[in-house]
Amino acid sequence: METKNIMIVGVGGQGTLLTSRILGGLAIQADYDVKLSEVHGMAQRGGSVVTYVRYGDSVAEPIVEEGQADVLIAFERLEAKRYAHFLKKDGVIIVNDQRMDPITVVTGAAQYPEGILEELAAKHKLYSIDAMAEAKKLGNSKVFNIIVLGVAAQHMDYAKEDWLKVIELTVPPKTVEINKKAFEVGYNR
Amino acid sequence: MEKKIMLGNEAIARGAWEAGVKVSSAYPGTPSTEISESLVKYDGVYAEWAPNEKVATEVAIGACISGVRSMCCMKHVGVNVAADPLYTISYGGVNAGMVLVAADDPGLYSSQNEQDTRAVARAAHVPVLQPSDSQEAKDFMKYAFELSETYATPVILRTTTRLSHSQGLVCLEDRVVPEDKPYERNPAKYVMMPGNAKGRHIYVEQRELAMAADGASMPVNRMEMGDTRLGVITSGIEYQYVKEVLPNASILKLGLVNPLPKQMILDFAAKVDELYIIEELDPIIEEQVRAWGVSCKGKEILTVQGEYSANLLRKAILKQELELDAPAQVPARPPILCPGCPHRSVYYVLKKLGIHGAGDIGCYTLGAVAPLNVVDTTICMGASISSLHGMEKAKGKEYIKNWVAVIGDSTFMHTGINSLMNMVYNKSTGTVMILDNSTTGMTGHQDHAATGKTLKGEPTYAINIYQLCKAIGIEHVVEVNAFDVEELERVLKEETKRDAVSVIITKSPCVLLKGNVFPDKCVPVPENCKKCGLCLRPGCPALTRKEDGTISIDETMCNACGLCKQLCNFDAIRTEAK
Repeated sequence: METKNIMIVGVGGQGTLLTSRILGGLAIQADYDVKLSEVHGMAQRGGSVVTYVRYGDSVAEPIVEEGQADVLIAFERLEAKRYAHFLKKDGVIIVNDQRMDPITVVTGAAQYPEGILEELAAKHKLYSIDAMAEAKKLGNSKVFNIIVLGVAAQHMDYAKEDWLKVIELTVPPKTVEINKKAFEVGYNR
Repeated sequence: MEKKIMLGNEAIARGAWEAGVKVSSAYPGTPSTEISESLVKYDGVYAEWAPNEKVATEVAIGACISGVRSMCCMKHVGVNVAADPLYTISYGGVNAGMVLVAADDPGLYSSQNEQDTRAVARAAHVPVLQPSDSQEAKDFMKYAFELSETYATPVILRTTTRLSHSQGLVCLEDRVVPEDKPYERNPAKYVMMPGNAKGRHIYVEQRELAMAADGASMPVNRMEMGDTRLGVITSGIEYQYVKEVLPNASILKLGLVNPLPKQMILDFAAKVDELYIIEELDPIIEEQVRAWGVSCKGKEILTVQGEYSANLLRKAILKQELELDAPAQVPARPPILCPGCPHRSVYYVLKKLGIHGAGDIGCYTLGAVAPLNVVDTTICMGASISSLHGMEKAKGKEYIKNWVAVIGDSTFMHTGINSLMNMVYNKSTGTVMILDNSTTGMTGHQDHAATGKTLKGEPTYAINIYQLCKAIGIEHVVEVNAFDVEELERVLKEETKRDAVSVIITKSPCVLLKGNVFPDKCVPVPENCKKCGLCLRPGCPALTRKEDGTISIDETMCNACGLCKQLCNFDAIRTEAK
């Protein structure tokens, strides 16, 4: 199989590491070669973060480069726009419809762009969800990232049971049920 | 064989464990931190946090002289701190195997410079192994101990951020613990006074020549012959980019990058028409190969800065014009202090008083950027205190009345204490602020000598920073709650005026520290809001101004530190249970 390239982008603290680990777990379960690349340290503190997941018969470099992403999962609108040029021509972009002002906007040094989703949808296959609102309905705002992953799952080639199995193995034991519910919310959109 | 997906750093720890390592010492530093955090979970290994990398290296040296396999881990700048013992243990050599893991940071994800550890290793005459993925990280770690014992030398395993923080599949093997080496008194080898060191210097040169000659038969160095029109010499993570871009080229993949296997390189160069040397950062391989009279291409088409990538090689070597969309012009999102961070409160007061900060290495370096703009200098671990002292000696005590040194608790224990002793000894009058958040924050919450817990999580004696400052002769040491803005202001005015060295310890645990639970949240009261914007000045990311001029507070981000509420003069912010 040709190598698949997935990117997860967001703001430090949004749980990109957990979601990339679930994607890594899926690839292993399917017996693919897989590499993940993550961001630790300084950039994690509220900065723009990106993690890469690559899987296939044999994977060399651990990063996804510009123009190569099959799927871009963005946990925040501005970050979707920042990394959209990493998508392939026919790539899919999944966006959590949430705005988080960077400090440059808070201090008035920059403006938060308007109309990001419309602009991206004109160019790419885009699916968006207000996952934070959905997560609050479930009573746990932390699981919003798994809801977004549920939306992304519709556009990837793993069976639903595989997703649920890997989620069960990856998230903390006490949160398995709520995370499975969250996945269903996204998957059934 | 069981396969597991592992970070490069986890694989390094696994390799050390499988190799029978018994003692490990380290100081946390991105991107090396997870090695120790992973290693400590294995049985049969003693792993610790040391106060700094020099201590960590000396601990590993002692352990290896006593006859057991040992290691120390650090980021690239930590190698500078460890340089003193490293240069000399290279002369003495080891008894049982000893490995120093150095994690370089091309691309500067979390560092103050982009130095190349291979340059230090060349100067210290220490061999360097460079793996290319997680599997090799584990395998090379085991091989490093073999090399160390075969050639009686410490060995550096060099990793980079991309390798340390990438995950890949690793085949797990069992741990094999070699028998402890017998210890025999041998001053000619272990007592490096001039007469002995002269002899050891000869030995070191011979050892390096022998390793270079043996390099061709080492399993970590291999030729992958393909199309001989194009040959590449590469190593480390760069090998993966080469495989993406030039799958058919001939490759000399080096695992040992110091000393270089000269004859192997000459043989390879003779087999290919055109030779490229692809290495991130400094032209360490390239300059040596050129010095042997081999013609090659390298840094004239490739940068010495940052990380490489497949696209970068496509452009530089294949001269491909890549049809890529331009990145969108969007506001930058730089890292910032977390909502509820106690440093924000301290910096707010410093800014209000117009005080400059001689800064240090840690989360609090972020006080250098807008809107706080308090930290003026950041050089290396511990430099805040000593550079403030230097300013005073240069310009006089009046000059530094509106300056303080700002240093975290872990950094203070690392090397800050030495600088503070110098202030006392040499009659400084400066003010030092120790921002004590009870952890090593930036690297992801590691314990240190003043937290009361070991790397293993066991309770231990917590060095009392207040008493420590008192003990070295500082009369004026004050502890203040980091969030008590009024008291902080009062104490700062008093201590900066003083004609003697003084220390202010601001206390409040890191907001992200486990067990630090915040039951409340801050809530705006718009009807009281005068839209003055005072609450926005500290730059808390949870607060934004709405179109009508009042503020909104993101409840998922707010940790209810209460700084905004404290600053508001109109009761327009209150706290309530989450």
